[in-house]
Amino acid sequence: MSAVAAAQGVRSQARRETLWRLLRSPTFLVGTLIVGFWIFCAFYGSKLAPYDPLVQYDNDITVPPGSTSVDDRHVHFLFGTDQLGRDVLSRVLTGATDTLRIAPAATLVGIVGGTVLGLLMGYFRGWLDDVLGRAIDAFLALPLLIVAITALTGLGHSNRTLVLVIGFAFSLTVSRTVRAAVLAERDLDYIQAAQLRGERAPYILFVEILPNIMGPIIVEATVRLGYAIFTVAALTFLGFGVQPPSPDWSLQVADNFTLLVQGDFAWTVLPPALAIASLVVGVNLIADGLQETLDR
Amino acid sequence: MTDAPALDIRDLDVAYSVRGKDRQVLRGVTLQVARGEAYGLVGESGCGKSTAAMAVMRYLPANGRVRGGSIEVAGANVMELGRRDLRRWRASDVGMVYQNPGTALNPSIRVGRQVAEVFTVQGVGSGEARERALEALKLVQIADPASVLQRYPHQLSGGMQQRVIIAMALAKDPALLILDEPTTGLDATVEAEVLDLVAGLQSSLHTSVLFISHNLGVISKMCARVGVLYAGRLVEEGPVEEVLHDPRHPYTVGLLRCVPRGGVRKDHGRLDTIPGFLPNLGDDLPGCVFADRCALAQDRCHTEPPTAHAIGEQHVSLCHFHETAQTLPRLEAADLELTPVDRSAPPLLAFDELGKVFRQHGNDIHALVGVSASVWPGETLGLVGESGSGKTTLARTLLGILEPTSGAMLLEGKKLGGRMTRRSREEVRALQIVFQNPDSALNRRHTVRRILRRSLRKLARLSGKAADARMTELMTSVRLSERYVSARPSQLSGGLKQRLAIARSFAGEPRLVVCDEPTSALDVSVQAAILNLLVELQAKEGVSYIFISHDLGVVRYVSDRIAVLYLGRLMELGPAEVVFDGPHHPYTEALLSAVPTIDGGGRDRIRLEGDIPSAAKPPTGCVFHTRCPRRLGDVCDTTEPPLVEIADGHLMRCHIPLDQLRTLQASPR
Repeated sequence: MSAVAAAQGVRSQARRETLWRLLRSPTFLVGTLIVGFWIFCAFYGSKLAPYDPLVQYDNDITVPPGSTSVDDRHVHFLFGTDQLGRDVLSRVLTGATDTLRIAPAATLVGIVGGTVLGLLMGYFRGWLDDVLGRAIDAFLALPLLIVAITALTGLGHSNRTLVLVIGFAFSLTVSRTVRAAVLAERDLDYIQAAQLRGERAPYILFVEILPNIMGPIIVEATVRLGYAIFTVAALTFLGFGVQPPSPDWSLQVADNFTLLVQGDFAWTVLPPALAIASLVVGVNLIADGLQETLDR
Repeated sequence: MTDAPALDIRDLDVAYSVRGKDRQVLRGVTLQVARGEAYGLVGESGCGKSTAAMAVMRYLPANGRVRGGSIEVAGANVMELGRRDLRRWRASDVGMVYQNPGTALNPSIRVGRQVAEVFTVQGVGSGEARERALEALKLVQIADPASVLQRYPHQLSGGMQQRVIIAMALAKDPALLILDEPTTGLDATVEAEVLDLVAGLQSSLHTSVLFISHNLGVISKMCARVGVLYAGRLVEEGPVEEVLHDPRHPYTVGLLRCVPRGGVRKDHGRLDTIPGFLPNLGDDLPGCVFADRCALAQDRCHTEPPTAHAIGEQHVSLCHFHETAQTLPRLEAADLELTPVDRSAPPLLAFDELGKVFRQHGNDIHALVGVSASVWPGETLGLVGESGSGKTTLARTLLGILEPTSGAMLLEGKKLGGRMTRRSREEVRALQIVFQNPDSALNRRHTVRRILRRSLRKLARLSGKAADARMTELMTSVRLSERYVSARPSQLSGGLKQRLAIARSFAGEPRLVVCDEPTSALDVSVQAAILNLLVELQAKEGVSYIFISHDLGVVRYVSDRIAVLYLGRLMELGPAEVVFDGPHHPYTEALLSAVPTIDGGGRDRIRLEGDIPSAAKPPTGCVFHTRCPRRLGDVCDTTEPPLVEIADGHLMRCHIPLDQLRTLQASPR
């Protein structure tokens, strides 16, 4: 039996090697650090934040970074306050929660839906592939934001609708990637071998093919996550996404960007905007790192 | 011009860096190719043949490094060339021909421009370059070279593509031409044409050639001297005749014995194999590199590297015991009792007037036309023919992967459904397949246990303890050690993977297994073991095989009867020895004479010209008349000969009377 254990050892060793390569990739590490920080903030941001992100210091409207409160000399606004007198630092630290709840959920919906769709199209080909393929092409020709706004207006605003709408749109994009991967697999002989022992389509799709195309699906998932964060941010900025009173970053930008026109109030907009950017960049760095490692 | 040899490699030591560690691939290889000489480098996959070629071209991958030794081509030290000199040197001094002509040509550039580029990089004007491109194609005997220049690579057949590449390689009149398995991807008949061409050009142009191949027959035809490479060391070197007929290294001896040749058949005995595996890349081998697999090895072989022993004037062996190398004990499995096939009993599988038509761009492609034959229990029917002859289509139709357009299939007298979805579980279970490429046939994410247990469950309806017991039994019968149950295919060697695939196809105790080129992706020593296994399983289980292969030696070894297909039609069908010994159909004759054999000579050369015609527009009359070297006359062009029984169980489709065929094929041309 020790030989069996040895074989298993070889297998887990191969997995360990992939992990090790991943951990040696600077791109992946930096991305993980950034994203990890924001995930931590999403959970414990309220404990890190010096003040309540929703409290309005009525006498400290748009004070610059580093100011001390007029009412209480123990209150310091490290990043300044916004036009309602709320502490910018506290709001940045707590503003990740909604985005990091909606974007991964939407990505998950998109990946699951797209994988099923892609498997079906790639495996069965024929009229199913033709009809679905053309329909998807037509749908993806429409700008995502317009489609999402229309759907959200029709279905009403809620985080769940947001997840479903973005998830649906993403599943179409994902299905193309998955379909291409399935096409390469279905020509391999192991599919015929499975058919020759009388396997049915669901077994072939999910047990035979799916494990072999997990690499591209994982990479696609991280790439999609980046886009999902961006889409949520854009919709929120336009007023169709996360709703007040959440301290969401995009809401902060939306609340305060008009100040930019009036003069030098950059601290109200720049920190949340940079937070969004860093999160998206972080996710994309992870995607790049994964792609490098898994493609080898 | 100096008198330096075309290629002079001394003590070449190449290592690949894998995960930060250097793994030695070439261990002090020394060889010279004289001017105008053809030198063959032979060895199994992973022995370092291609690495040697890459090192000469300075094309080693980024993790490859020459650690020691020198390479000189026509007196110029290749290792010292700077970037620009290297480019110029590659453009003018060396030519290389690769295994796969399809990927060596740029698919989006017309052939003419690609060939002309050889001249333009040397500074020739574009008008003159075009003319010289035309000359180059004429040299390699391409029909209608002017129109070929205007075409894209995908519009040419594989043989034509390889001719174009050879033309490009020769066009610069290289000091050294490297051919890396140039015919491995080609059909035997095309291979013969290309080899004839290269041999002819080599002797007329006095090109120096380094010819790399795993095929001893090809080397024996093409080269004057041969070097046998094993685990990165040249273990034997000498004139081809001497090395192949008087081998002095146990590895060469073993390699030569593995190849089924000289008409051996399964009922004559088992094939020899070489035990064990090639050492891992970069293993530390203090003694003789072959010691671990050598039955003659003694203590000294494991510790002390052998020095070169001169046997003949040029014949050198790196073996301590070169005098006794040929006494290498024969390692073969116990003899088997093969039950003779009883053809008075009803056949296991019969197919009658089977036809298959594919529709493509509005054309009807007749892939199979009225093919009828039977397979009896315990019998092997060999299927031979060029690619495009319908072998695989026939096999896949029988299995129910493709649905026949016409005709009927009978399994033990009962009509079989066209598609496997319309067959009963028993019928699906009765017919199974072993694919050519185990990498593609095994799901790389599934473990050995999962692969076997799933087949047992679906085909034999076994689960739980019974399935485990049967799985162990299956693994034992294909000699796949039980310690691999949790391994995935990627952790198995090529031979072990094919054993696993065979075990899988036997899971449901099939009555007939289609073997679709089961050994062509494997090395010869592994091939011998797999063929032994298949024969053994046949003796034990009484299973029938339909055996497809382009290697006629292999087909002859395993088959009881042979069916020869051409353009989807059965041209000849008969007992193996009758079909091989003749008188045979002119097409069979051409196939046989196309095969380069180790023993060389003997057979008259008849050559097929051109490519297999399109199945969308098959020739009138006898479909073979366009290429037939023994065409009688108009009758062949107008009337399709019937398939008639010319002797007991020997059917042939030819207008030439049997007696005439016999005299034609007996007399040397």
